[in-house]
This record gives sequence, C-alpha cells and structure tokens, in this order.
Amino acid sequence: MTFGDAFFGLSWLDAIIRVLIIVGAMTVVVVYLTWGERKVIARFQMRLGPTRTGPVGLLQGVADALKLLSKEDLRPRNADRWVFEFAPYLTFIPVFLVLVALPFARDWGVRNLALGMFFVFAVLGLNIVGVLMAGLGSGNKYALLGGVRAAAQMISYEIPLVVALLAVAMVAGTLDLNAIVLQQADRPFVLIQPLAFVIFFTAMLSELHRAPFDIPVAESEIVGGYFVEYSGIRWSMFQLAEYASLWAFSIFGSVVFLGGWEFPMGLEWGWGWQLALTFIKSFIIIGLIFWVRVTLPRLRVDQLMSFCWKVLIEVSFVLLLVNGLFLVYEWPEELLALANWAGTFVLLGAVYLHATRKPERKNLVGSYKHAEVPTP
Amino acid sequence: MSVWPEERVTPNSDLDTVDMTVNVGPQHPATHGVFRMVLTVDGERVVDCEPYIGYLHRGLEKLSENADYRQAMGWWDRTDYLAGMCCEGAYVMAVEKLAGIEVPERAEYIRVLMMELSRINSHFMFLGAFGADVGSFGTSFTYAWRERERIYDLIEEVSGDRMFPTYFRIGGITMDLPENFESRCRWVLGSIRQGLEDLDGLLTGNEIFVERCQGLAPVTPEQAIAWGFTGPMLRATGVPWDIRKAEPYSVYPQMNFEIPTGHQGDVFDRFHVRLAEVYQSARIIEQCLDEMPAGRVLAPKLAKTLRIDDGELYMPTEGTKGEYGVYLMARGGTQAYRAKLRAPSFSNLSPLKELVVGTYVADAIVILGSLDIVLGEVDK
Repeated sequence: MTFGDAFFGLSWLDAIIRVLIIVGAMTVVVVYLTWGERKVIARFQMRLGPTRTGPVGLLQGVADALKLLSKEDLRPRNADRWVFEFAPYLTFIPVFLVLVALPFARDWGVRNLALGMFFVFAVLGLNIVGVLMAGLGSGNKYALLGGVRAAAQMISYEIPLVVALLAVAMVAGTLDLNAIVLQQADRPFVLIQPLAFVIFFTAMLSELHRAPFDIPVAESEIVGGYFVEYSGIRWSMFQLAEYASLWAFSIFGSVVFLGGWEFPMGLEWGWGWQLALTFIKSFIIIGLIFWVRVTLPRLRVDQLMSFCWKVLIEVSFVLLLVNGLFLVYEWPEELLALANWAGTFVLLGAVYLHATRKPERKNLVGSYKHAEVPTP
Repeated sequence: MSVWPEERVTPNSDLDTVDMTVNVGPQHPATHGVFRMVLTVDGERVVDCEPYIGYLHRGLEKLSENADYRQAMGWWDRTDYLAGMCCEGAYVMAVEKLAGIEVPERAEYIRVLMMELSRINSHFMFLGAFGADVGSFGTSFTYAWRERERIYDLIEEVSGDRMFPTYFRIGGITMDLPENFESRCRWVLGSIRQGLEDLDGLLTGNEIFVERCQGLAPVTPEQAIAWGFTGPMLRATGVPWDIRKAEPYSVYPQMNFEIPTGHQGDVFDRFHVRLAEVYQSARIIEQCLDEMPAGRVLAPKLAKTLRIDDGELYMPTEGTKGEYGVYLMARGGTQAYRAKLRAPSFSNLSPLKELVVGTYVADAIVILGSLDIVLGEVDK
C-alpha cells in the first residue's frame, strides 16, 4: 500500500485514521518538544534541565501531562463561564486544522488541498478568537492585558506573514503545498526568496508569541498573560496549542522555504527519508526559535507595532512588487534570487547600522577595562 | 460581562474608556521581593502608580535597641540580604567608632575584601534580574548566578554561611581566612571578569536591550540629589559621589579605584554604572589580596560585655545600593538607646511614581528593576 491510497478504500474511514495518526504524532511531538525545549534552553543557560524522570529526563513530558490531568480545573468566580471554558479549545482547534493541510511526505498529509496555503492562512487567523476569549473571559486584568496584546500583535503580524508567503506562492505559481514542495527538487525556495524567509521567520516568532515578541505572555510583566487563570487540563490545552502551532509553523516553513520532504533526494529515497526530511527541517527551524528565545530580551508593545507597520509590512509589499515585476517580464530566476539576496542584505544591513549607531553604548566592559574614569 | 464590578463606572459616552488598576505584587515575578505597586493604566500607558511597602518589616531598629551591641549585629545582615557583609560592616564600624575600638589592619583588609565581594554579589543579582525584567528569559539570570554561587562558596568557606555570614566582630573579624583562600579568590575574580564579559555581550550589545533602556526614566543630577538618590542611582546621573571616596572609612583610602558615572541618568546608565562597578570592586579585591598585611584579626583586650557611654554617631558607608548609614545613640549600658538605618533603597524607591507615570506597563517593570531595591532594606 502506498501512502497515496485511501486506508481500506473508504474515504471517510481513511480521513478518520489519518486524523488519529496526526493527533497521536502531534501529542508525542508536543510532549517531546517541551522536553527538548527545556533541555536545549538549559544547555544555553549552563543548566542541566530535567534529569530525574527517566534517562536524561525523557519522561518529563509524560510526568507533566499526568500532573496536569490530575489537577483541579479551577474557574475564577468572576470569569465568564462559557467564554472561559471554551477558549482553550478554540485556541487549539485552528492549530490542529493547520496540521490537517500540511504534507509530511509525498501524498501524505491528512488531505492534500489544492488551496493548501490559503487554507493555512485562513485557519491561522482563527487562533486569535480563542486567545481573546481567554483574555476577556478570565476576569483577570493580567489576562485581559495579555489577550488584547495578543490580538493586536497577531493581527498585525499576519499581514507581513501572509504577504511574504504570497511572494513565494507567486514564484511557485501555485497554492498547493505538495506542488510547492515538488518545485523545490533542485533548490529550496529559501535560496531564491531569502527576504521572504526572513520576514516569515520574524512574523512567525510573533504569531507564536516567542521571544523577542513574547509580549502577550510576558511573565515578568503580566504573569503569563491570557492563560494566567487556567489550570489543569485547560491550561494544558493552551500549552498543547502553543507547541503544536510551533511544530505546525515550522513544518509549514520547511515546506514552503526549505524544500519540505523533497529537497534533497526526497523522491528518490522513498517515504522514510521524506518523513525524516520533514522532521529534520522542522526541528532546525524550532532550534532557531529556541536559540532566539534564550538570547533576546523582549520588545515593548509600541516598538513591536512600529516594527511591524513601519518595517516589515513595507518590506514585504516591496518584495511582492519586485517578484511581480520579475514574473511579468519573465526575467531569469537567477536575477530574481540576486535581487532578493540584495534586499535581504539591505534589510539586515539597515538593522545592523541602526543597532550600531551609538558605538559608545556598545560592549561597555571592554571600554571600561582600560578607560580612565574621572575621579573627584 | 460580570467582570470587575467595582470598576463599572458609567462612561460619559460610548467612546470614553475607564482606567484600569493593575495590582503588581507582592507576589509578582518582577517585584524583586515583596514590593507591591498598584498601577492605574490607560490601555498600556501608566497614568498613576501607588507603591506599598512594609511587607518585610521586621522592626530592625527596635530589635537592635533591645539587644546587646554584639547580638544586634545579626539583624543588620538581614537588611540588604544580597550583601550581608556590607551591612554588618556598617554596623560594626559604627559601634567601633562609638566605643573607640581600634581594629587591626589585617582585619580591615579582610573586611574590605569581603564587603567588595558582597557588592559584586549584589550587583550580579541586579544584572541577572534586570535582564530577566527586560525579558531575556533567565539567560542573564543563570549567567549571573554562576558567579554568585562561586562568591557564595567563598563566603561560606570563610564564614560558614552564605547569605547571612555574621563574620565581622566588634573589634575585628571572627577568624582569619582559610589556608588556600587567596588562590581561590583570585580564581573567582577571573571567573567574575569572564561572567561580566558574558553578561555584557548578552545584554549591553543587544539592540533590543538598548532600545528598551535608553532614554527611559531619565533623572537629572539636581533631581537625583533632591530625591536623595545615592549610590549607582546618583552616579548614573553623572555625579561622581561615592562614600568610599568622599568620606573614606576602613582602608578604602589606600585603595586605588575609580568611580564610574553615567551621562543621562536613564535606565541604561544605571545598568551600565553597576556593570562597571563590578570591575572596580574586583580591582579593590585584588589590591586587598596583594597588600594584605599579616597579623591578628581581632583587637586585643576587648570588654566581655560592651558598654558604651553617652554618645551618638552617624556612620555613612557605601552600601551596594547607595549610602547605607547607621545612626547609633548610646546612653550607657549594653544596648543602643537608639539605632537607625538610613536605607538607600528606600530613598531610591521614593520617586517611583514620578519615574513610572507616563511610561508603558512594560517600562514600569524595567524602571522598578533598574532601581535595584532590596526589600529587606526598604522595610527594615
């Protein structure tokens, strides 16, 4: 049986089986992503991370899940009951719907949609509803602040995210995710659309509430944000949604930019290699996200917004325009790639120049080791 | 929605909004202890801030007035609990000055050494926690913690306790340094310098960090003096005022060090001054190790029960947060008639409202972090 066939020849049974497989895979991945994140971040911070539960703490996720399941499901008295109780599920469902459309190997997603990318955009936007409901329904001011912050941030950053992906879709000429993967057999799109990848990665961090855009869940400011009042199973739904969306985004990014299951040698080496490729690439992106998380401090709300509206959106629209020009006049792809790389360097160079405009405020220890400081 | 019934003020029109009060602390990850402030926010803007203190009040001054001069020392450790040696140093020196006790020179050197180690400890706590306030997910925290643990190891080796060493005695110190202290201390100093470079590279060079801190809550020198700022808070505004230089005590006059100052008195400068001070402290420690004379560490022929005749005195010292002054009044007997602590954190915290109002919620947390308060000192 190849993966393209329907299980048992029945399309409804096939859909159920595939969904169950995805749910199982997602649960395992989420449990081990939390473990992996704790391990990786611990290493960055000169700690060990979980070590007690099983070998190298491998069972930590299981232990956490059991603990969360056995915890009391609290609801604050002044919470809006139904809004409060449904919010976690509404946060989680869109993330799961994204996973439905993603190809993990050749012909192996739950369903291969002809407008797969469009479906992902459409479904991702629904995430905000659950977050906002959690923020408003908890009856907690930190949660309210977090929910409102999250809504503003996610709506804003969806624009550059979608536009950057549209730029890739223009180059690919299709919205079908499997077709996009197949086009990257000899070169992943990140090589000809690096600027789109940079924008996508930045906007993705923001959509996922990851540092340096973790403003809605800022622990040192609003004690965790919109899910501060949740406990037990409902809190774990938020956690599940967070890590599942991390995984979904990273697979989506690897499909669109890194060649998905195809590059390199996906078709030749069979489905095992294809699955491995999908996972390796998604974990590369996740690793980058973890790295950024431990390194960078958090932006402020106004800085976050102005970065989106004054930089990212403009750049992404210019990118769309340039791509359009190249495609309309059918200029060669190498030139397109060159133009994109140039744009990437200009963007990153501008960021670098902005960051180094005040040299006296950089790396003070070095200057203080030798400088004579006036004494009274 | 039945949320916050106490605040359901009827707006004048549909477009009017009602300010929201947000309680921050005493159990909040950013309040550094048990400080509490109630922020009134208009969206993300802070329009009012009301600080509440006193959750850690233990009656230090009254307790000190009801204990023997020597017994009272333990309470003073617990004021600035991040730098116990600095606090007990101030108290011990005040008592000695009042009683006219001469301290052996070796003891003075060891005291300065331990006080500077404590200062580094406290400043590292600031650097780490401040990074976490700005939002760097604890990486700065663990970087700082590595050095703090090493310093604590040293302090424990010397005194037997980590945070509340009670190492000093009236007339000297408890016991001499352990055998291999010098080499271990030098090794720790190297590690401190390395840790400082790590923190510097992680935070100072970071564009987001600079963007968050630069120009935030600037304080002019005039304002700082009017508000009673001391220590790094005052030096960040550009006033090179350091009690160790201005009114030297112990063996600080023999030490060669500089006073780092800032330019604008903003949050970044406060961070910067503390970062640079760690270097100066490390320099002082090195000089102490180099020049430490041999000899005894406790003054001879000390009275078994210390009695001090009439007299009063104010002993200002440079604590980690600013001018840590001890006021003692003696009316004979074995106990102080009046003991008073001039807590630098308290003065530094007092203009919080002026600094915070008008900024964003996230800035309020960063500003509070930059004040580097320690609640044991504020609440006494």
